[in-house]
Amino acid sequence: MSDTMTKTEGPILETRSLMKRFSIGTRFSAEGRRTVHAVDNVSLTVRRGETLGLVGESGCGKSTLARCLVRLYDITDGTLLFEGEDITGKSLRELRPMRRRLQMVFQDPSASLNPRRRVGDLVAEPLRIHTRLSSSEIDKRVAELFDIVGLLPDHVTRYPHEFSGGQRQRVGIARAIALNPDLVVLDEPVSALDVSVQAQIVNLLADLQEKLNLTYIFIAHDLSVVRQVSTRIAVMYLGSVVEEGPAEEVFSAPAHPYSQALISAVPVVETTPGGSRRRILLTGDVPSPLNPPSGCRFHPRCPIAQDRCRTERPQAQSFGDGRKVACHFPTI
Amino acid sequence: MMLSVRDLRVSFRTEDGLVRAIDGVSFDLEEGEILGVVGESGSGKTVSLLAVMGLITDPNATIEGSIRYKGRELVGLPARELRHLRGNEIAMIFQDPMTALTPVYTIGWQIAEQIRAHQNISKAKALARVEELLAEVNFPNPREAMSRYPHQLSGGMRQRAVIAMALSCNPALLVADEPTTALDVTVQAGILDLVRKLRSTHNSAVVFITHDMGVVSELADRVMVMYAGRVVERGSRAALFSGPRHPYTRALLGSIPPLTGEKPHRLPAIPGSPPSLLRLPQGCAFGPRCPVRFEACEAEKPALGSGPHAAACLREAQA
Repeated sequence: MSDTMTKTEGPILETRSLMKRFSIGTRFSAEGRRTVHAVDNVSLTVRRGETLGLVGESGCGKSTLARCLVRLYDITDGTLLFEGEDITGKSLRELRPMRRRLQMVFQDPSASLNPRRRVGDLVAEPLRIHTRLSSSEIDKRVAELFDIVGLLPDHVTRYPHEFSGGQRQRVGIARAIALNPDLVVLDEPVSALDVSVQAQIVNLLADLQEKLNLTYIFIAHDLSVVRQVSTRIAVMYLGSVVEEGPAEEVFSAPAHPYSQALISAVPVVETTPGGSRRRILLTGDVPSPLNPPSGCRFHPRCPIAQDRCRTERPQAQSFGDGRKVACHFPTI
Repeated sequence: MMLSVRDLRVSFRTEDGLVRAIDGVSFDLEEGEILGVVGESGSGKTVSLLAVMGLITDPNATIEGSIRYKGRELVGLPARELRHLRGNEIAMIFQDPMTALTPVYTIGWQIAEQIRAHQNISKAKALARVEELLAEVNFPNPREAMSRYPHQLSGGMRQRAVIAMALSCNPALLVADEPTTALDVTVQAGILDLVRKLRSTHNSAVVFITHDMGVVSELADRVMVMYAGRVVERGSRAALFSGPRHPYTRALLGSIPPLTGEKPHRLPAIPGSPPSLLRLPQGCAFGPRCPVRFEACEAEKPALGSGPHAAACLREAQA
């Protein structure tokens, strides 16, 4: 019994100094073999039932991190714990029972659904692989799933191209929740959808979370959507988490200069004229992860960088409101 | 009036039937004005501007109506004259800068070539102008950037290069089709600043197409909201955002999660999805998704009222 107790109380997912490096080039290419530090020393804790929002510019490593978390990528270094169990180095075979509890929804539903198979089949596939249900039981479960995600029963015999983007994403979600997972990683689940449809999917995800007691890791570049769904936020820059904390606190008073710039850059609808917000303009682009800057990775673009930032890499410090900030001069 | 579009209709013959991509769009644009065109995919915002640019070459397309640029009718103008107008007078930037840049030449070469296609100047002078332009769009090191190939630049830099190209002949009208959609917000902010600067330094008029209400509210002087090939609402930015009149505009604004303040428990979502242009309802195209529809909405397509702030809605006309 004590075993199940720790299972429900401990974090559902935890990373300790997680690293993912990619080697590119060969020894014959002009620059030789080089290493990209896509995910660099990430330590995160995901609690049961919460939604952790991962934000950052393109190329910051948020998708790579997501794929590491569900072990779609092999982890180079560090530790990944799922319900307290170390799954960093597990083989694909050993991972299999874990897979049904760790699912993923991808950005582009038209790319992640096989165009030559009926959507009913696509949703049934995880059930066929992971369960011993009979085909009539599978049909029943598929019908149930279609109902949960808001698709009509007669949609099962259609092909992905017959659906709109929003409906296709519903199919992707039905597939991900088919096995009653505990944790779902959502990689830009609404970015490819029309604005008027995004809210439907955001609401659907919130309903499912409540109904099925799901934990989400939600990646999106649209910060207002992330704020809407997340309980906690992790802001990434060049492969590292620069700020982490409760969503409300991070959005209302970001402590890291990068989070401040990122949040201030979001264009918002001003209904009252003259209510313009102060914008922090960042100069330059995100540096290449092949050749990251010395010291604090953000210092070349940071408006408040000092000498110390150029040489010494800031470690994450914890603050009272549950926030962790990796900056020498946080505004908190 | 710099640009005056009247009752523009664009339809495409397809295997599945006639697609009315644009169904009676009218708008005006003054010098130095930024017009924001908002709509979802398939609302016709891109097609209407492609028609203005004379870039619809599909033999199955029919373009009707009138597009007058500085008093000159563009519909039916020979391709040669249109080509002269494009680049010199009207420039366009697209969502994906890679479609506008060729991967096999350097940035400097491409922009210089574009300048020399429209102006009779020497290569050296054109290259000097390229350097100026790249500096103007905030390239930190313009001379070095000229020798780069598109793939060596980041997305934001590529879009800046395309903007530099569009600016090369000081266009009086710039059409920007979702130029920041593929970019990060931090980079987007810089591009929006650039568009503002272009307006203030060259007094260019800008048509800015986007699906992002936030971008429009920060940039545009006037806003036009499109749905299923028609303009459903137009008005000044202040009027439209403080008092949206069309139920679609209201619903769209309502469905955007707020970045500050109270978080709604559930987002007010719009049911359904945008209609197929092949099977448009007989009445108001937004009718099936509209929270305030009544019988009359199914019978007739509501006309866009006159006046500076107008909505194409029967309910609104009643009120």
